[in-house]
Amino acid sequence: MATTKPRLSSFSRNLSAVSSSQTPGVKCGPNGTMFVSSGIADLDKILGGGFPLGSLVMVMEDAEAPHHMLLLRNFMSQGLVHGQPLLYASPSKDPRGFLGTLPSPASLKHDKSRDRESEQEKGLRIAWQYKKYMGENQPNFDSHRDNKQDYCNEFDLRKPLERHYFTRQRVNCVGIQDSKNLAALQEHCASFLAQHQRNDGSCALAGRIAIQSLCAPQCEHSNMDWEMLSFIKSLKGMVRSSNAVVVITFPPSLLSLSSTKRWQHMADTLLSVAAIPDEDKELAKLLSGYQDMVGLLNVHKVARLNTQVPFILEATTFSIKLQKRRFLVLECLNQAPVDGSSGSSYGTSGSCSGSSKAGTLDF
Amino acid sequence: MENQNLNLLDRALGLDGPSEPWPLSGRVVLIEDCVETSGSFVLHQLVKRSLSPTSSNVIIFVAFANPFSHYDRILRKLGCNLVTQRDNKRFIFFDMLMLRCPDVDEGKSSEGGLVLLYEKILKTICGLPGDKKDYVTIMIDDISLVEVAANGGSDYVLDFLHYCHALTSEFDCSLITLNHEDIYSSMERPTLILQMEYLADILIKAEPLSTGLATDVHGQLTVLNKGTSHRLGRSGNKIHNFHYKLYVVLWRKKLVISIDKGYSSEKRSFRRTYHVNGRLGFWNLNTLCVTHLLNG
Repeated sequence: MATTKPRLSSFSRNLSAVSSSQTPGVKCGPNGTMFVSSGIADLDKILGGGFPLGSLVMVMEDAEAPHHMLLLRNFMSQGLVHGQPLLYASPSKDPRGFLGTLPSPASLKHDKSRDRESEQEKGLRIAWQYKKYMGENQPNFDSHRDNKQDYCNEFDLRKPLERHYFTRQRVNCVGIQDSKNLAALQEHCASFLAQHQRNDGSCALAGRIAIQSLCAPQCEHSNMDWEMLSFIKSLKGMVRSSNAVVVITFPPSLLSLSSTKRWQHMADTLLSVAAIPDEDKELAKLLSGYQDMVGLLNVHKVARLNTQVPFILEATTFSIKLQKRRFLVLECLNQAPVDGSSGSSYGTSGSCSGSSKAGTLDF
Repeated sequence: MENQNLNLLDRALGLDGPSEPWPLSGRVVLIEDCVETSGSFVLHQLVKRSLSPTSSNVIIFVAFANPFSHYDRILRKLGCNLVTQRDNKRFIFFDMLMLRCPDVDEGKSSEGGLVLLYEKILKTICGLPGDKKDYVTIMIDDISLVEVAANGGSDYVLDFLHYCHALTSEFDCSLITLNHEDIYSSMERPTLILQMEYLADILIKAEPLSTGLATDVHGQLTVLNKGTSHRLGRSGNKIHNFHYKLYVVLWRKKLVISIDKGYSSEKRSFRRTYHVNGRLGFWNLNTLCVTHLLNG
């Protein structure tokens, strides 16, 4: 890890780069890409800046827990706070009702105290030596985060977003339950993306499309495999030439294995969420902070637009925690201190090796 | 300077010799990858080699996955300017991102869309000046999206591929395609991928390391070159297995694929690919041959 760093120095994602021109909420990235925030600061960091404009993000749901909704809510709120138009499609009867559950940005006071807290916490973790190498980049990022608070807000999940954010001009809600096929949704997406066509260089305003549970069983198109694939393919084609990001969540358990793989291949960024069992003693022994964990987030693929070099992550599995039951944070999994009396060694070198596949756990 | 940039992949494909006659002429190359490791870098490397100044290849690039700008940026970092090559008629780009065979009367129009595509390719080849006609490379990125464009009509896709394959004997052009192997691995009868693997003269497979993620190695590449003529005059199958890493080389401002020779290849992955299918009984023989050559 340390050896590759010097090589990548000129081309690494410079997180302290100035955000592009006057557009709030859009940041320049490498290889001519521009990023928008996912609404979760930790996720932006993990993905190397955020979601690139023109990319398709897919989130694989877990049938046992609605954690994908957390990601979706933050994504949508962040867009609205920045004044970015939003198209939201959902299989529920009243998609507009969902807007009432969107979180509001937290007050400034809390942000600063959290930063300090996390800094202190990291200072105390002396035992995990490698953290100090990872920590190098963090002070830079945090200090700049104060300055450009605009890019990613801290959302308070208990405070609903003020109604003035979702005016008709900015938010368009589409229900996909009742329509016979995906043609209507495709029309909506096409007209939305046409308004955000990318002209060379300047970025007028970024747009966001959030499609929830695309293959939900209550939709008529849910058993039309090829129709859905065709829809995703054309959506991807349209979004590539526009300044927008599409987030699609879907439950992979409802698709055939082969279809699931096709969907995964179409995604530029692929995430999955998993539920965490409530009272799992083994897990509690293995991981520290288990009680606070709400679920797990897995990063399978990170968007590589305009480049062929893959983005190697330090870790691919993160725990989703709610700080003070309000703020969504993602943390690396940390092994709990080994109990000396048990005499067994866990083998893996710690959370940040990607092979947390070893052992009895399957994330 | 060209020789310095050659790597093990080029050697495995036979691209380390003189560029004329083009070593891949008349041959079919299949690149397989999976969600964890993308194989598109092999495609980019082949574009770069085909468009080298010493060769006179023409590439017909049928893109279903990414727009021109994506490939342009990547190849520019590899030291190849696609805009110039496009203007010089050496790189012909078919943007198929929005190709969608309408589902009214599914059967006919899915086929229709692909037939039109084939005709377009044929017309382009025939329209080339005489000397360039012999050095055409058709690249398709990627086949799974061709299936989506055909609304699932794998038979039409197969027909299309067979027609393109016929071009390799008719015009001596090479056919290079990319497909995602993990889509088919769960199917009971993955006809498409099996037929493609059968047709392929060179099979390149990109897989993740069995040990998991690593920052130094991005994956492993297995190259199966069927029926190459050895320097000693014998022809036989050659299997190469490497670990690869993709990175940016600062001083040349290009992306160089560094491929280091890895451990002995994981043969069992090939046996899985050459899955024994009751109908295609000769697969057994093929597998045995391959195993024998590796051990012998």
